[in-house]
Amino acid sequence: MKALAARRHHRNAPVVVTLLALLTTGGLYAALAPGTAHAAEPTANDIAAGGKLFQANCSTCHGPAAGGTASGPSLVGVGAAAVDFQVSTGRMPMAASGPQVIAKPPTFDATQTAELAAYVASLGAGPAVPTAEQVDPSKGDQATGMALFRTNCAMCHNAVGAGGALSQGKFAPPLANATPTVIYEAMLTGPQSMPVFNNNNITPQEKRDVIAYLVAQRSNATSVNDLGAFGPVSEGLWAWVLGIGTLIGCAVWIGAKSS
Amino acid sequence: MTTTDSAFPGPVDYLDQRTGLGSAIKTFARKIFPDHWSFLLGEIALYSFVVILISGVFLTMFFVPSMNETVYHGAWASMQGVTMSEAFKSTLDLSFEVRGGLLMRQIHHWAALIFMAAIVTHMMRVFFTGAFRKPREVNWVVGFVLMILGLAAGFSGYSLPDDVLSGNGLRITDGVVLSLPIIGSYLSYFIFGGQFPGTQLIPRLFTVHVLLVPGLILALIGLHLFFVVLHKHTQYPGSGRTDKNVVGFPLFPIYVAKAGGFFFIVFGVIALMAALFTINPVWNYGPFDPSLVSAGAQPDWYMLFLEGALRLTPGQLEVVVAGFTIPLNVIIPAMVVPGILFTALAAYPFIEAYATGDKREHHVLDRPRNVPVRTSFGVALLTAFMILILAGSNDIIATQFQLSINDITSVFRVLLFVGPVFAFWITKRTCLALQRKDRELVLHGHETGSIVRFASGEYIEVHTPLNEHERWLRVSYEAHRPIEIAPAEDSRGVIRQGYRRDRLRQRVSQLFYEDRVEPVTPTELAAAQSHGAHDAIAPPREDLDHVESQPVGGGQHFVAPISQVTPDERNL
Repeated sequence: MKALAARRHHRNAPVVVTLLALLTTGGLYAALAPGTAHAAEPTANDIAAGGKLFQANCSTCHGPAAGGTASGPSLVGVGAAAVDFQVSTGRMPMAASGPQVIAKPPTFDATQTAELAAYVASLGAGPAVPTAEQVDPSKGDQATGMALFRTNCAMCHNAVGAGGALSQGKFAPPLANATPTVIYEAMLTGPQSMPVFNNNNITPQEKRDVIAYLVAQRSNATSVNDLGAFGPVSEGLWAWVLGIGTLIGCAVWIGAKSS
Repeated sequence: MTTTDSAFPGPVDYLDQRTGLGSAIKTFARKIFPDHWSFLLGEIALYSFVVILISGVFLTMFFVPSMNETVYHGAWASMQGVTMSEAFKSTLDLSFEVRGGLLMRQIHHWAALIFMAAIVTHMMRVFFTGAFRKPREVNWVVGFVLMILGLAAGFSGYSLPDDVLSGNGLRITDGVVLSLPIIGSYLSYFIFGGQFPGTQLIPRLFTVHVLLVPGLILALIGLHLFFVVLHKHTQYPGSGRTDKNVVGFPLFPIYVAKAGGFFFIVFGVIALMAALFTINPVWNYGPFDPSLVSAGAQPDWYMLFLEGALRLTPGQLEVVVAGFTIPLNVIIPAMVVPGILFTALAAYPFIEAYATGDKREHHVLDRPRNVPVRTSFGVALLTAFMILILAGSNDIIATQFQLSINDITSVFRVLLFVGPVFAFWITKRTCLALQRKDRELVLHGHETGSIVRFASGEYIEVHTPLNEHERWLRVSYEAHRPIEIAPAEDSRGVIRQGYRRDRLRQRVSQLFYEDRVEPVTPTELAAAQSHGAHDAIAPPREDLDHVESQPVGGGQHFVAPISQVTPDERNL
């Protein structure tokens, strides 16, 4: 302790202390932050709890019996998959109306989401939340997924899922942070502007291939920095800002000793 | 020449005796070039072209320019078992299996983007400083053709890997060719060797890309540089610089060192970018299939203005005349718009010469502010180009700034017409204002911040006059006036032949030079400097010079100018 005390006036001491404080805060957050756990099979209790959550948080727009109102669609028959997609990505409950419902940090934890999903699923048959096996990227074939993705998804979501623009301020979101489950559910339920890719259209195995392709792009070993994967526009921007910018800077430096 | 009177060492002498290069190199090494950073912009283009050649030669060793189909079984897992053309497969192999191949591909592509960017920046410098004036008009046209060839080189290279993105680009090109009335479909079949995409295009583009266009570019670069040597380099205005001299340093050793070093800087920056940033990741786009297009499908930046023009044009412009479709919605953006932009650019030196009626040679550059209409015209052209580029990026702008793509497109449709006019007006007013500011400076000198009150109660601010160099820069330009022409009728009332032609020329000239600010004449300067009572206050500048020139102790002491009139005296 004495050695430590002697060094407390060292000029680097504030930096070290700040770094330690940041490390501690970050470590604590990582340890204590709510994780995403998967709920077990829904029980009657879950459905009842979900019903209460629904009445408190969703019924204003979707109606007391989830039958829909002028402000929100009916949820009868949308299934647990749609609820899990909307609630676990934070899209529902909606913060404000706009061209599109925006993903944000989820309001409900995994248990509450599962309870809400169980309640809505109990109202009418609909697609269920996929199992871990159904969305396991290691069981999919990424080359098939690549072909499927390019044919069905890339025109809106960009070639590697960096996202793209739709009409009137709507957009296809980037897929870099979407979990395999969410990707599967989106294909299955077709949220917002997205079309439904049902199991006849893209089979469950093919959905897993698409997931395998998308997940493989995240560990893309060749990209040092992919500049957002937006294509030639960001490349051109960097060629001008960084390339020509640096070279003009160097030219000014070389020409600095001019008359 | 014999060995005895040779000043060269052994091997060089051997060469000199057989070629006589010695005297030529001697003369050339002593050639004087003026120094300015903006004169290096063209060098960036030249050096990036050298980098393109070096990396391009490497790529040709591995690239297979063929559209024959093959099945991929290489290193890239996402393409296993996918059917693709040999061109695409060899591009994947270049990227993933050839040692250093990906780096070379990325160097080649980044260098191409920087090549075009450097050409455009260099053109801007030449344009805004009036370096294209006599005798350099022809060299401007050579440079312009080089720019067009650069576009051709870039476009043909972009299309070679046969990925979805380049295929989309070719599809648009095919559409543009097809839009030509009557000859369109014949021309399309001729280019593609049948229906799009056919099997012949990649080999054809390969020849264009590695032989035809680079050959032409090399030849024209030779011509371009020959003209630079022939005409001598232009120089920025400044004291002692005239149209009859060149103020600068000799080529050897100054510029050999500077330019040689700059080559390595350019190569280094390009290599660094290539090592750090992915460019054209064809493995993301996948092999070309005419049915596919992905979001964010755009050409490289130098073609983006055409994409923008296409995106802005409303589809309703397509008209049907007597059963024939005339797709004006393609003809206008893909041919008329670039036609206007490029013709204006290429013809500008001749238009200006016509308006100015100036037949003298010019080797001293203009300050952009001193030729307001030219500067404004350049800015207007760049504004239009920039708006088209942004319009071509409208989907990226929409997602990145969370805007509606429809609104962006509507705004750009209006801006394309309003923006250049507004930019022209703003730039012209700014130039004239800067010229007036220059006049003001020359006539009244720098503000010093010291305020003096006279006994009468009048306040004035003390100004220090400009020194010779500062004044030269601001008064040595020439303000062109509109051409004056002979009257329509001679003294006997007979209508003069050629009057209408002269009148047109006068109108154009008036457009250019009606609004102008004349440089300060010596008479005006003399008048301005005798302000009567105000000159009674000692000029601070002379005071300062006087103090500075007196060494005190070990060095010089800078003392603030002291007015010799004390406040008390003034108040008496």
